[in-house]
Amino acid sequence: MQKLSRRDLIRASAAIVVGFSLGTRANAQDTAAKSLDPDQVDSFLAIHRDGSVTVYMSRVDVGTGMLIAIPQMVAEELGIPAERISVVEGDTALTPDTGGTGGSAGLTRGGVEIRQAAATARRALDKSGPADRFNLRSDPKAPLKDPSTYTVVGKSLPRPDVPGKCTGRTAYLQDHTVPGMLHGRVVRPPAIGAKLLSVDEASIKAIPGARIVRSGNFLAIVAKDEWAAVRGARELKATWSEWKELPGSDRLEQHIRDTPIDKDQSIVGKGDAKQALNASAKQLKATYFWPFQSHASLAPCCAIADVRDDSATIWSSTQGTHALRNNLTKLFSLPAGKTRVIFMPGAGSYGGNGNDDAAADAVLLSKLVHSPVRVQWMRHDEHGWDPKGPAQLLDLRAGLDANGHISAWETQMWVPTTTPGVRAFIAADLAGIDQDHAQSPGGVMNNADPPYPVPHVSVTAHWVKTTPLKISNLRAPGRIGNAFAVESFTDELAAAAGADPVAFRLRGMTDPRAIAVIERATQMIGWQPRPSPNPTRGVGRGFAYVRYNQALNYIAIAMEVAVDGKTGKIAVRRVTCAHDSGLVVNPDALRNQVEGCIVQTLSRTIHEEVKFDQSHVTSVDWASYPILTFPEVPAIDVAVLNHPELPILGAGEGATAPVAAALGNAIFDATGVRLRRAPFRTVAFA
Amino acid sequence: MYCSHPHRYGSLVYHRADADVEKSVKWNVSGEANMPTYNFQVNGRAVSVESWDPSQPLLYLLRNSLDLHAAKFGCGLGQCGACTVLLDGKPVRSCLTPVSQAAGRKVTTLEGLGTPENPDPIQAAFIAEQASQCGYCTNGMIMSARGLLNQTPHPSPDQVKQSLAGNLCRCGTHTRILAAVMKASKA
Repeated sequence: MQKLSRRDLIRASAAIVVGFSLGTRANAQDTAAKSLDPDQVDSFLAIHRDGSVTVYMSRVDVGTGMLIAIPQMVAEELGIPAERISVVEGDTALTPDTGGTGGSAGLTRGGVEIRQAAATARRALDKSGPADRFNLRSDPKAPLKDPSTYTVVGKSLPRPDVPGKCTGRTAYLQDHTVPGMLHGRVVRPPAIGAKLLSVDEASIKAIPGARIVRSGNFLAIVAKDEWAAVRGARELKATWSEWKELPGSDRLEQHIRDTPIDKDQSIVGKGDAKQALNASAKQLKATYFWPFQSHASLAPCCAIADVRDDSATIWSSTQGTHALRNNLTKLFSLPAGKTRVIFMPGAGSYGGNGNDDAAADAVLLSKLVHSPVRVQWMRHDEHGWDPKGPAQLLDLRAGLDANGHISAWETQMWVPTTTPGVRAFIAADLAGIDQDHAQSPGGVMNNADPPYPVPHVSVTAHWVKTTPLKISNLRAPGRIGNAFAVESFTDELAAAAGADPVAFRLRGMTDPRAIAVIERATQMIGWQPRPSPNPTRGVGRGFAYVRYNQALNYIAIAMEVAVDGKTGKIAVRRVTCAHDSGLVVNPDALRNQVEGCIVQTLSRTIHEEVKFDQSHVTSVDWASYPILTFPEVPAIDVAVLNHPELPILGAGEGATAPVAAALGNAIFDATGVRLRRAPFRTVAFA
Repeated sequence: MYCSHPHRYGSLVYHRADADVEKSVKWNVSGEANMPTYNFQVNGRAVSVESWDPSQPLLYLLRNSLDLHAAKFGCGLGQCGACTVLLDGKPVRSCLTPVSQAAGRKVTTLEGLGTPENPDPIQAAFIAEQASQCGYCTNGMIMSARGLLNQTPHPSPDQVKQSLAGNLCRCGTHTRILAAVMKASKA
C-alpha cells in the first residue's frame, strides 16, 4: 500500500469539501445534508480543509476517556496526530446510530466501526486522491494498520476534556440555557403509586412567578427563576392518596423467594452436578445476597426540552440519544423526523440512571407550558426515583473431593426477568399516558459459575417476574453480585480444604492470560501462601479473579484490610489489580477507569443499599445512602497488561466484578467472619 | 469575562472595583420593583445582584445571574461539596450560603483561580494527574483543596484526606485527586 504522508493527506483534504464542521449546536438546515447511514464513511468522518477531522459517534464519553481513545484510533489509521481530531457525540441529527453507551463497548462496538471507516477513508485517499466526499461504504476488509507499527494507539495521551473540567470551562448540560427557558422542578408523590387528590395553590402564592403544572398525577412547578422553582416545589402543599404496596427492604430476601417465577433457565450445564455433589467427600452450601443499589449520580438528572408544533429538541446526558429520541417521539407524539436529542455531558451515569426520565419530565412540561423547559431533579428525586440496580439472591452448593479439589458446583440465582419493550417513563406513568413497562436487567446471569476447571457445574437462573422498584443497568449489571457469591464461595472451599486461596484457584488452570493476571496482582501485594483465616486477628488479605462475561477481560484483584476489633470498622489499606483487556488504546485513561471501578465497588460493597418502606424509597440523600469518602480510600496499584496483537475488550466495568469478593475474602482472613450479604458496613468478630 | 443574559431572571449590575455604577441591566420577570441588592466581590470584581429572597443560596446567583457555572448543584444539603466556593478564602458550600451572608465579602470560584492556559497550581496538578472522570465533583475538590492549602501549605496525605472528607466523588477518582493535591502542595 502506498503510504500517504500527513502533508499529502492535508493537501488531499483541502479539496475535500465535506462541510460538516458543525458543533453540537448546529441548526436544523445545517444538519440536513449530514449522512447518518452507519454503512457510509461520511457518516463517521469529515476531513476539513485545514486537515482537521471530525468524528461522529452515537456512543458518548461519560467521563470514560472515549474523547481521547477514539481520536487515537482514528489518528492511527489516518496517519495524523490525535490533536487534529475532534468528536461530535450523541446527536441524533449528526451521529450515525451504532448503539447507545454501555457494556464497556465504547471501543469494541463503537470505536472499531469508526476505525474501519477511517481505514476505508485512508485507502480511498491513497488510491483516488482528493474528492468532494467519500460517498463510500465503510469496508470491513479495508486493511488496518499493523499493531506492531502503532505510534498513537498505546500512548497515554491526556484527555482533552480534563483542562476544561478543572478550570470551570466545560459546558455541562446543567450549565446550558436556551432563550425563553423556564426552570422546572418535579413534585413526585410521597408514595410511588399514590394518586394526586388536591393541590393547594395558595401554598406557593408568595413565591414570585412560580406556576403549578399538573397532568393527572404528574405535578411540577415552573418559573423563570430557578430558585423560585426550587422553593415552589419544596413548599407546594398537595394531598395524595395512601399507597403501601412495597414489601419493604427489610424483608426483601423472603420477598424475592416468594415472587412468582417467569421461567427457570439452565445457564451452565456441565457434567452431572447433582450426582457429583452427592458423591463428594465434603459438601458446602451458602446463600449470598446483593441489595438494590442506586446509580447515585453526583448530579441530579437534568434535561432541557423545547417542544414546538413542528419540531422538538431535547438536550440530555442520556447514554442513548437515539433510543431516547425514538421513545420520546412515540410516547409524547413529537414531530416525527423533526425530533432531535443532543447529548451534553453531565455527571457520571454508570448505566441507565434517571437521565431519560428527566428528559421525559422536560418534554411533558414543555408541551404543557409551550416554552422550553429545563428540569433538574433535586437530590431526593435522584436517590428516590432513579431506576435501581436490582437485588440478587444466590444459593450455592459445592463439593470437594478427597484431595480437596472442587468436584461439583451448583448456582441457583433469583434475578429479574426480561420483558420486551421500553422501560416506562415516570412522567408518562404519572400523567396516565399508556406505555410499555419493560424490564431489562442487562445480562445479570453472567459470571455465576466458577472460572476454574470444575468437572460438574450447574447454573440455574430463576427469572422472577417483578421487582419492587423499577430497575435498569447499573455498571456491570449482575456481575458484581454474582462474582461476589462465586469468588467468596470459592474462598470458603479453599478454607475448607485448608489451602492457600490463590494456590487453590491456580490448580489445573491452563489459560496463560488468567495465570498472568493472578500472578501479577498477588506479586504486587506480596502475597505469602497460607490458608485463611490469618492467625493474627484484625488484619488480612483477600483475593478474587474474574474473567468478565466468561470470555472477555481477565481481572485479578488482591487487597489488604484491617478491621477494628472494637468498632468493627473496615479499613481497606491497599488494593492491587492486574488487568488484561487485550489491545490497550490509552493506558492511563484505562487505569483511571480501573481505579474508578475499584473505588466505586468498594463503596457499593461497604456502604450502599437502597432502603424502602411500604410506600417509597427512604434512602434519599448522601446521609441515608452513604458512599465511600476520602479517609476510606486505599492505595491502589493497577498493572495494565497490554496485548497489541489481540482485540480490544473494553475496560469500563470489568474491574468492578472481583472487588466485593476480594474484600469479603480479606475480611474473612482478618476476622474469620464470612460476609455473605452486602453492604458489609461493619464486622463484629471475637 | 462576565456577560449578562437578558433571558435570565434577575438583574445584574456590574461595577468596576474602582468606579461607580457603570452599567445596569435590569430585567425582572416577577414584576417586583426594588428587589434587594447584594454587593460583594467575585473573583476580584465588585458585583451587585438582586434577589427577591435573602435566603436564596449564593450558588443560584453565581450560576444564573453571574454566569459562573463552575460551582455545581449536587445535593442542596451541604453533603457532597460540588458547589464549593471560597468566601474570604475559606471553602463554603454555596448551596447553603444565603446570598445575604455573602454581602460585603470576597467570593472566589473555580473560574477565578485560573484558566486552561494559566491554571492555578492545584488546577495544573489535577490536569497533570488526569484527576477527573465525569468532572462534576472537580470544582468542589479543587476549591476545597485551595482552602486547605491557603491554611496549610504542606499538608500530609492524611490531612488532605480529612479535609476532603466532605467532598464526594462517585466515579472513584480519589487516588488521583489525592496525588494532585499533594503534587500542588510541593509545587
